[in-house]
Amino acid sequence: MTLQELKDIFYNGLWKQNAGIVQLLGLCPLLAVSSTVVNGVSLGLATTLVMAISSGAVALIRNYVPNEIRIPVFILIIAVLVTVVQYLMNAYMYPLYIVLGIFIPLIVTNCIVLARIEAFASKNPALQSAIDGMAMGLGLTAVLAVLGGMRELFGHGTLLSGIDLALGESARSLVITVIPDYHGFLFAVLPPGAFIGLGLLIAARNWLTLRAERKTRGPEAQITPITGGCSPASHA
Amino acid sequence: MRRTMAKASFHAALNLLFFAVLATLVLASTYYLTRDRIASSVEKEKLKLIAQVVPPHLYDNAIVQDTLQLPPSELLGTNENSIAYLARLKGEPSAVVLQAIAPDGYSGKIALIVAIARNGEISGVRVVSHRETPGLGDYIELPKSPWIKGFDGQSLAKLKKTDWKVKKDGGSFDYMAGATITPRAVVQAVHKAARYFEQHRAVLLAHPADTSVPTVKEKTK
Repeated sequence: MTLQELKDIFYNGLWKQNAGIVQLLGLCPLLAVSSTVVNGVSLGLATTLVMAISSGAVALIRNYVPNEIRIPVFILIIAVLVTVVQYLMNAYMYPLYIVLGIFIPLIVTNCIVLARIEAFASKNPALQSAIDGMAMGLGLTAVLAVLGGMRELFGHGTLLSGIDLALGESARSLVITVIPDYHGFLFAVLPPGAFIGLGLLIAARNWLTLRAERKTRGPEAQITPITGGCSPASHA
Repeated sequence: MRRTMAKASFHAALNLLFFAVLATLVLASTYYLTRDRIASSVEKEKLKLIAQVVPPHLYDNAIVQDTLQLPPSELLGTNENSIAYLARLKGEPSAVVLQAIAPDGYSGKIALIVAIARNGEISGVRVVSHRETPGLGDYIELPKSPWIKGFDGQSLAKLKKTDWKVKKDGGSFDYMAGATITPRAVVQAVHKAARYFEQHRAVLLAHPADTSVPTVKEKTK
């Protein structure tokens, strides 16, 4: 694998094909758990772990699975890995498991996992695929972190609250109270706040892309609008 | 033609079977490896909540293991058997931790544990799980607000029937403007649990000490 290849994979995952704000895949966890930074990043990292392992595993066996049963086999692999992650979290990070509990099984239904496997891992070697899964997961994690930060800041006036759930009681001092005596803004905490926050992030990304295009190709340059969706085929 | 198709299907089926078996093996071994740890974290979490509602000078036994099966009850809001935990001091029951469900929260059931001392006084209430609106109805959780401590020390003897309501309804319990349904449900459920205790006091407290656990003659901490 060349360095350029590696760069491309990361560029794709983190920016160009970002799962959260470009492909618009995985909206279910994106909107549900992005109420705080800690929740968002935790589920993002769990998804990253599952994506890296499952992409690598699928790439390893891709030549042995008959084409017509590949989807059930892929889903089987994803489901097993998610369950393993769930058991491990339940055993070793119980407080966090309580918080994220119902969302972990949802990683299975998060179509970004299957979409990347179908679009990338089923056609590429194991190492590249694992890195692609990781890069895609990290891209999603970054969006979850930013969105979680926005919602937490406007909703509760804090950042990193609940970090003691993830890192233990001693991490409680890391919680940042940005606005003391803030009475909270419920709208940001509830799902509509998540949708609007996501919309703002997409707009910001589009604006940045457009600006970069215009710089290189003149003031008349246009960008293609985002077409997201849950069908793996549209990303192949 | 038919033969090759059958062959291909058979091949695919075998392939799928292989992956299914492999997946089962991985899952089973992970389950086996994490089982004990998971059980102990669940136990610890429960113990933490119970320790919050039963003051340490009231018991010297292992409360989590000292249980009573209770049949479904309208007063507890349970439609299945539920478990009550017994706190004992030198073998004598000193308090009971009941699991109660408030069926009428703003978004579904609210699960509570209610600890009631021998004399009928509530020694503590905690919310185990709920789905109330975050930031609005979730002040029934201890980390969010001390509201739930308002039950401490209350009893059927101290408050008459009409007092077991939120202040808005003429009772004696606080509430927050904009979220009255949630505290109403919790107050109701705690009141019912207290009545359950009164009705079944004899049975709950007569539970003979488990002879397999030797009575600890320890000074209270």
